[in-house]
Amino acid sequence: MSTSLKMVIVLTLIATISGAMLSSWDNFTMPRIQEHRQRELVAAISDVLPEHDHYDEVVVRELTLYVGKNEGNEPLGIAFQATGSGFQGKISMMVGVEPDFSKLTGITILEQIETPGLGTKIVEDRSNKVNPFWFSDQFRSVHTYPEITVVKNKKPERVTEIQAITGATISSKSIVKIINDTVQKARSEYQKFLDEVS
Amino acid sequence: MAKKKIPITHEFIKGFWKENPVLISLLGLCPTLAVSNSAINGVAMGLATTFVVICSSTMISLLRKMIPHQVRIASFIVIIATFVTIADRFLAAFYPDISKELGPYVPLIVVNCLILGRQEAFASKNNLGRSLLDALGMGLGFLSVLFVLGSIREILGSGTWLTFQVLGDGFHHWIVMILPPGAFLTLGLLIGLSNWINDKRAKA
Repeated sequence: MSTSLKMVIVLTLIATISGAMLSSWDNFTMPRIQEHRQRELVAAISDVLPEHDHYDEVVVRELTLYVGKNEGNEPLGIAFQATGSGFQGKISMMVGVEPDFSKLTGITILEQIETPGLGTKIVEDRSNKVNPFWFSDQFRSVHTYPEITVVKNKKPERVTEIQAITGATISSKSIVKIINDTVQKARSEYQKFLDEVS
Repeated sequence: MAKKKIPITHEFIKGFWKENPVLISLLGLCPTLAVSNSAINGVAMGLATTFVVICSSTMISLLRKMIPHQVRIASFIVIIATFVTIADRFLAAFYPDISKELGPYVPLIVVNCLILGRQEAFASKNNLGRSLLDALGMGLGFLSVLFVLGSIREILGSGTWLTFQVLGDGFHHWIVMILPPGAFLTLGLLIGLSNWINDKRAKA
């Protein structure tokens, strides 16, 4: 057998066996991976819409809105994923708003790669012994109109203001910008959806 | 056949100190620097790498006479990538938290030159038994350095070890230790230390 033929046969065989192994392994692990993702999604929605009983999915353009409802099927709030750039990379979070988009009901950070010890305080601030989650907790019932703004080194005065993390102003501002952009988009898309339904 | 004179236990032990992949050969530095910000991450990365190097060495040692010389690197990479993907999916399915922490560095084990290096330098030339011991030694040698590096960085940078609080509240965390510069500093000092010990031993 010539060398070139042998090369082709051996490589093809190795690649075929590898492909077969991987596809069966994927079949085995995929359901579990999806289960984790689903559980994370449900947990995040419950975080931002704590009182909801069940939710409906509404897909508008590239956004998926999770409309949280109570037992009587009345909407309590809307949750959606918001993604944008932070200080170093992507920040992704779940945002909850009241059904009329006027106030936030909460946010929870899903993914971030901010600077450890500084930017990561958006998730958990261990230097604050009273409430390590003070930063994301601020967004509960903050007003969204005309837009959320950041204040530095002082307590928020207006209903639309939140306080930045000392040493992580860019991370704090990024979060607010992502929320503002996505809330605005979700508000107009959801309005269009309601108009079409009615 | 000079190789046969080397006792088989040496193939296992050499990975820990004499031919340690990180401290002596300086292989696989990218994952070493990137994921050693805590002890547990270092161990997880070390275990994933050990799994891949053992499986790949086994396969390649068994197939070494079948694979034509011209396509050996391509074959090695396909085999390594297969096991890396298996490890990546396994972590994502069973240890989602660790998988999230390690992020893209698990799939990147494919390009860890420690693994390809062992295949090219050892498994493709030695029988199954020796290759297996070599892979196990190298993998565990890699793991132990990552564990030490991760421990030092975690203790100084976050005041915890394996997530237990070890340094009191009075200790001001050296945040630089869990950032990339801390990885370079600590690794440099560790390599310096190992060279110093080797020097002393050579003179004695």
